[in-house]
Amino acid sequence: MPVKVSMTVNGKPVTAEVEPRTLLATFIRETLRLTGTHVGCDTAQCGACTVHLNGRAVKSCNILASQADGADVVTIEGIARADGTLHPMQEAFRQHHGLQCGFCTPGMVMSAIDLVKTTPNPTEQQIREGLDGNLCRCTGYHNIVKAIQAASAAMR
Amino acid sequence: MYQFNYHKPASLADAAAALAKNPDAKALGGGQSLIASMKLRLSQPSDLVDLSGIAELRGIKADGGGVTIGAMTRHAEVAASAEVKKAIPALAALAAGIGDRMVRNMGTLGGSLANNDPAADYPAAVLGLGATVNTNKRKIPADQFFKGMYETALEAGEIITSVTFPAPKKAAYVKFRNPASRYALVGVFVADTAGGPRVAVTGAGPGVFRVPEMEKALAAKFSPESVAGVKVKADGLNSDLHASAEYRAHLVTVMAKRAVAAAG
Ligand SMILES: Cc1cc2nc3c(=O)[nH]c(=O)nc-3n(C[C@H](O)[C@H](O)[C@H](O)COP(=O)(O)OP(=O)(O)OC[C@H]3O[C@@H](n4cnc5c(N)ncnc54)[C@H](O)[C@@H]3O)c2cc1C
Ligand code: FES
Ligand code: FES
Repeated sequence: MPVKVSMTVNGKPVTAEVEPRTLLATFIRETLRLTGTHVGCDTAQCGACTVHLNGRAVKSCNILASQADGADVVTIEGIARADGTLHPMQEAFRQHHGLQCGFCTPGMVMSAIDLVKTTPNPTEQQIREGLDGNLCRCTGYHNIVKAIQAASAAMR
Repeated sequence: MYQFNYHKPASLADAAAALAKNPDAKALGGGQSLIASMKLRLSQPSDLVDLSGIAELRGIKADGGGVTIGAMTRHAEVAASAEVKKAIPALAALAAGIGDRMVRNMGTLGGSLANNDPAADYPAAVLGLGATVNTNKRKIPADQFFKGMYETALEAGEIITSVTFPAPKKAAYVKFRNPASRYALVGVFVADTAGGPRVAVTGAGPGVFRVPEMEKALAAKFSPESVAGVKVKADGLNSDLHASAEYRAHLVTVMAKRAVAAAG
């Protein structure tokens, strides 16, 4: 039996009929065609699919679209300003070379924003521990940590 | 994932009715364990009854020196709660160390207990503090709740509504993480409670268990040296590619010693 889901995605109200088994990641990528949210592992390990659900980072491959019914969802496409100015976290990743292939980056950025929101002035240790739900196969994390440190200063 | 029907009742009575109507229906907490097992087709519910719309299952109340935490309260909320930090700081710290931030933003106390993963963290706190698991039908003391691997005293369709944790004199939880999964290879929750010291171990065996010899030693003197000489037997402990039963048995003593030291 299909279910109707309504939510706000990047500030815009959306409504659709979906199969109950539709994952939030699938809904975002295939129904809404917002392909910035990546699916790396599909098993809640890598964090590439991280989006914000009512302001908090969650793994969209491990949530049903219907669990987000009525919620406010923000994806990587929704954090820059309307005029194209990057979010301070995106800008910091750019400045500090916090990415190589870029596959993990949308999830890293969404997760890092949540990290800085809950820990406003994180130490290097807090950043490394706070990112334990996000895997990167390229960078070795050093520049990601630097980017988040810089962004936490810019976001203050 | 197989097809299923989805329900989101607004009251506990409606949720209980939806679960009672169909023997293959299952409650949905945060979905952090259940969705993964449904993807793997290890679990095949005909209906999912999402508990997230039931207001009375959320929230944290300080009561009589302890705390009562609603079953649908997320790990991150417990970790950040001023009430929990004040009454039982070890419980807030345990919640802050579950999985990663995304898992903590979705996963719930009730889901973790109902699931009773042999390496889950919350069961150690519930057993270690001698908490009470409240359901829509009854109150279940921790000592009667956990029944071994993924098994609990819950009957079909029974819903955990909250957990009442009495405040201990002191307590601490220390775990040795699996370097890959980050789950506890062995975790030990130690508490000096009104009824005496309690030591609960997760990760080491098929389910959470107490170590009476350590509790007796701590009752005589609450200090790390009291548990340092107490060894648990490797027989019956988990043995897999991550660690042998002997290594896990060894870790129980080491983690217990550290937990007693951390409790102060
Ligand atoms: C990447 C990852 C890492 C993790 N690491 C850890 C870790 O280090 N430590 C740890 O302890 N856990 C860990 N977990 C598990 C996590 O804590 C889960 O959130 C938890 O085990 C299940 O809670 P849930 O609310 O998501 O429940 P669900 O997945 O929704 O449900 C689990 C089971 O409980 C039942 N259920 C749910 N709520 C109730 C209720 N109120 N009454 C009766 N039955 C109910 C469901 O029917 C189902 O059978 C991890 C999970 C992931 C994905
Ligand atoms: S795709 Fe969701 S965590 Fe990897
Ligand atoms: S930049 Fe390639 S996975 Fe992180």
